[in-house]
Amino acid sequence: MPDVQSMVAEFVNKLRKRKIEGSQATAKCTVELLRSVISHQRVPHANQAAALIDAVKAVGQQLVAANPVELAVGNVVRRVLHIIREEDLSLTTAAMAGLDLLDASDDDDIDNCKGIGYPAMSAAVVAAAARSTLRPPSLQTLLEGTPESATVPYTSSSGADSESKSKSADKSSLTRKLKHDVIEGVNQLIQEISGCHEQIAEQAIEHIHQNEVILTLGSSRTVLEFLCAAKEKKRSFRVFVAEGAPRYQGHLLAKELVARGLQTTVITDSAVFAMISRVNMVIIGAHAVMANGGVIGPVGVNMAALAAKKHAVPFVVLAGSHKLCPLYPHNPEVLLNELRSPSELLDFGEFSDCLDFGAGSGSLQVVNPTFDYVPPNLVSLFITDTGGHNPSYMYRLIADYYSADDLVM
Amino acid sequence: MESRRNPRAVVDPKVRQVGFFTSSQPESSSTQPHQQQTDPISASASASSPPVSTISPSGNSLSPVMIPPPRLNSSDTFPLRGAAAGASSAVSPSSFSYSNRRDFPDGSTTASPGRHSRGSFVKSSTPVASSLPGIGMDSMAAAKSSSVPASGLTTVSVATMPPGLAEKASGMEVQSDQKKNSKPLKEKTTKAERRAIQEAQRAAKAAAKADGGKVPPGTSASVASTSVKAAKPAKPSTQKNEVAVAAGVTEKKGGPSEKDRKKDAPHPRMQYDDESRVVKAKRRAVVKQTEAKNRVELFRHLPQYEHGTQLPDLEAKFFQLDPMHPAVYKVGLQYLSGDISGGNARCIAMLQAFQEVVKDYSTPPEKNLNRDMTAKISSYVSFLIECRPLSISMGNAIRFVKNRIAKLPITLSESEAKAALQSDIERFINDKIIGADMVIVKHAVTKIRDGDVLLTYGSPTAVEMILLHAHELKKKFRVLVVDSRPKLEGQLLLRRLIKRGISCTYTHINAISYIMHEVTKVFLGASSVLSNGTVYSRVGTACVAMVASAFRVPVLVCCEAYKFHERVQLDSICSNELGDPNAISKVHGREDINYLDGLTNNANLQFLNLMYDATPSDYISMIITDYGMVPPTSVPVIVREYQKEHLLV
Repeated sequence: MPDVQSMVAEFVNKLRKRKIEGSQATAKCTVELLRSVISHQRVPHANQAAALIDAVKAVGQQLVAANPVELAVGNVVRRVLHIIREEDLSLTTAAMAGLDLLDASDDDDIDNCKGIGYPAMSAAVVAAAARSTLRPPSLQTLLEGTPESATVPYTSSSGADSESKSKSADKSSLTRKLKHDVIEGVNQLIQEISGCHEQIAEQAIEHIHQNEVILTLGSSRTVLEFLCAAKEKKRSFRVFVAEGAPRYQGHLLAKELVARGLQTTVITDSAVFAMISRVNMVIIGAHAVMANGGVIGPVGVNMAALAAKKHAVPFVVLAGSHKLCPLYPHNPEVLLNELRSPSELLDFGEFSDCLDFGAGSGSLQVVNPTFDYVPPNLVSLFITDTGGHNPSYMYRLIADYYSADDLVM
Repeated sequence: MESRRNPRAVVDPKVRQVGFFTSSQPESSSTQPHQQQTDPISASASASSPPVSTISPSGNSLSPVMIPPPRLNSSDTFPLRGAAAGASSAVSPSSFSYSNRRDFPDGSTTASPGRHSRGSFVKSSTPVASSLPGIGMDSMAAAKSSSVPASGLTTVSVATMPPGLAEKASGMEVQSDQKKNSKPLKEKTTKAERRAIQEAQRAAKAAAKADGGKVPPGTSASVASTSVKAAKPAKPSTQKNEVAVAAGVTEKKGGPSEKDRKKDAPHPRMQYDDESRVVKAKRRAVVKQTEAKNRVELFRHLPQYEHGTQLPDLEAKFFQLDPMHPAVYKVGLQYLSGDISGGNARCIAMLQAFQEVVKDYSTPPEKNLNRDMTAKISSYVSFLIECRPLSISMGNAIRFVKNRIAKLPITLSESEAKAALQSDIERFINDKIIGADMVIVKHAVTKIRDGDVLLTYGSPTAVEMILLHAHELKKKFRVLVVDSRPKLEGQLLLRRLIKRGISCTYTHINAISYIMHEVTKVFLGASSVLSNGTVYSRVGTACVAMVASAFRVPVLVCCEAYKFHERVQLDSICSNELGDPNAISKVHGREDINYLDGLTNNANLQFLNLMYDATPSDYISMIITDYGMVPPTSVPVIVREYQKEHLLV
């Protein structure tokens, strides 16, 4: 599959050169790339899911390595892996249910598996039950699961294999079906990513009231749609936009807001503290949301969050589900950050002779980070496409989207 | 002298009260508030005044909201004189504006258009004032002139007042005042008299001519003529008393009396959302600023001008602004164009200009140096305000200068007084600004240790001196220079530090949380420290201090004590300065950032360029000042002590 290889290489290149930026764009590109990877992947008769997962993982590792700061790539890869696992699980159980096999089946890749004790169960229910193994046990699963947990030990993990071998007639259709279902699921994911703005924007009216003063920084499509949705619902409010030096994304946002007819005021980044006392709400778009509820956003966000905390102004983060990252951050200000060119800050010609190029010769260093980390205690609310959530709840939300096995790729 | 005048300071408010409360008291004083209160009359006074001020040779402005000290009138020996003074003082004695509401003139009530007058500072103000109704009518629309007879009527009513009362009330003062005036009485009297007659006649004529319409010409003419008659004999003494009283008033400021403290309390600043007053202020203004159209709703109370439009206009007007001293003019233009910025630089430039003023000053005949110079300084100050709103430190410096002028002993000759003033100003610059910086540097350097990573924001002069001195002491440290748009002053500091070989890191304010990890101390400058511990400084300082305190990094604010002010402020919105909004939409040196190019006139889009912000005191670990290193809670103590010292020195 040279074409897939070249596609991957091209995308990796783009990521490396930062040709594609922004979590939405990268997420979309990634998931489309993964779709073609999956569709071109020739699956063996046995263990197709494992083959798909391996292929996706291999590509995913390359992509993540290309731009480790763009967490959306990793998120999407994990999401796709999760889809494969789920589809595989539901297919096997469905097949078993269809064959009326009383033999307990198992997912190949989930070591902590769970037998199926109810043969008449529909595939969806089984899949849901299987999914629950990925989660911490709920009261219901605890109650229902107790008799089965005893049966688990004696079910062989190769049950599915032997079964698929024995049913060679179903095999090819099963294979095709898995791939088809996975691609179906990936398509759904694509739709979800591109539709997350609308999903989030729908909730705008519940959060923005009349005559509100909203502060935002950075340029985020989600924020733009969110504000415009409220505007369309006849809410009138004012927006302060911090310009977001040195990239001046705020100018871009202000331009679009003005084009949509919102009352917009551009302020300097340094005036954030001065203005925050007259602001009712800070709304920002996240670059990524970590599992602990911390937010990685455009540079300057932490300052705004601290100021908002000081003045008890709600700090609201909008994030599509592809931005939810299942990792817990360690020293994210440094490790999940990216330093951009000093030329954005200083005129290169003037200071070039004294710049420190890493050799330790010059006396001037220029720091130009791209992202900022906001610890969870400064965030009041997350608004995702599934609704509003507390920062402390994010880990749980994230568990819905990812398999525990994929956290480390 | 001192001891004799001081009691008057205490008496003064009483006299004023009399005017408001009792009718049996000398009516001459009661006419004053009356005129202020009755609408048509005060309207006429205020309406006529701004146009008048452009014409009137008095050289003294009138601020319509001012209540002139009623004592003026009561000091007349004859009722008729009182009448004349009553008519005139409503209009004329705006030179008292500063003695009344003094010392932090930021344009609210005090903008005095003295410089509108056409080069006739020399003329004494009172005779002119007596002719003012006439001139007012002349320049006024006919409709407004209807109210003039009313004012004339009040004067008439005053004229019927029993002579004894007024005399009694003011006799003592007059005596003392006359003693104070060392100049020969006779000669002055005749001169003034002649002028008074002339002016009054001219005024009467003009008045008669001007309003044939609404006002019966006979009445107005007769009123005018009566007032002229009244004025004739009255003039000299009135004028002299006025001068003397002015001296008394200004002198009183020196003593830390009860009233003085009241005056010291910062008076409400000009609120630019108050339309009527803005209109009035505009009429008085020299610098024709065009108001920005697209303003931020929250900041309507602050002046917002379009930048760059006034400069050529002002340059062209140079020769018309006769009474403006060239040194002041130069400084004003430098403020306007932004050539001088930074609290200390602005303050020193202003003080040096005032030194020039003092040097070239000569007391006009029949004027008192104390009073005239105060008026002059006031008019210069209001010019400077028009160029750029004063900083708090400049307000303090102006207060000092005026204090010195007011406290000049009357016995000094002009040259002595001038020399004393000049040396006072020189001393202020040397002690309070330059000397204070040295002390601050000495204190602050003890806080810098080897291996420190110091963060500073913008380009504070005091901090720069500290860093350079520490470098000279061979301390090993690194400096993080944090900068922000649109001024990018940090680059200037960076350039200077690098030239000296200090190793620096440069970044912008958004990245402050990224670099705060490595910082060991934050050094900040301040435009002013307010008495609730709030540090009023370059916008962004609050952000830096906040992030620093969030990262548990000590924040040291370096500020000279002359910048301390007893005002309090909780936010950065009530009082601030707005910069050029266009500086935000255009990113200097980044042509690729042009998203907002065509949108500057869009009604939905505003640009807010704040100049200052207020840092709450809880973010500040220590304030380094020339009185030592103090916590922000000690600021009011220093304010009190410093004020005492600065009044006594």
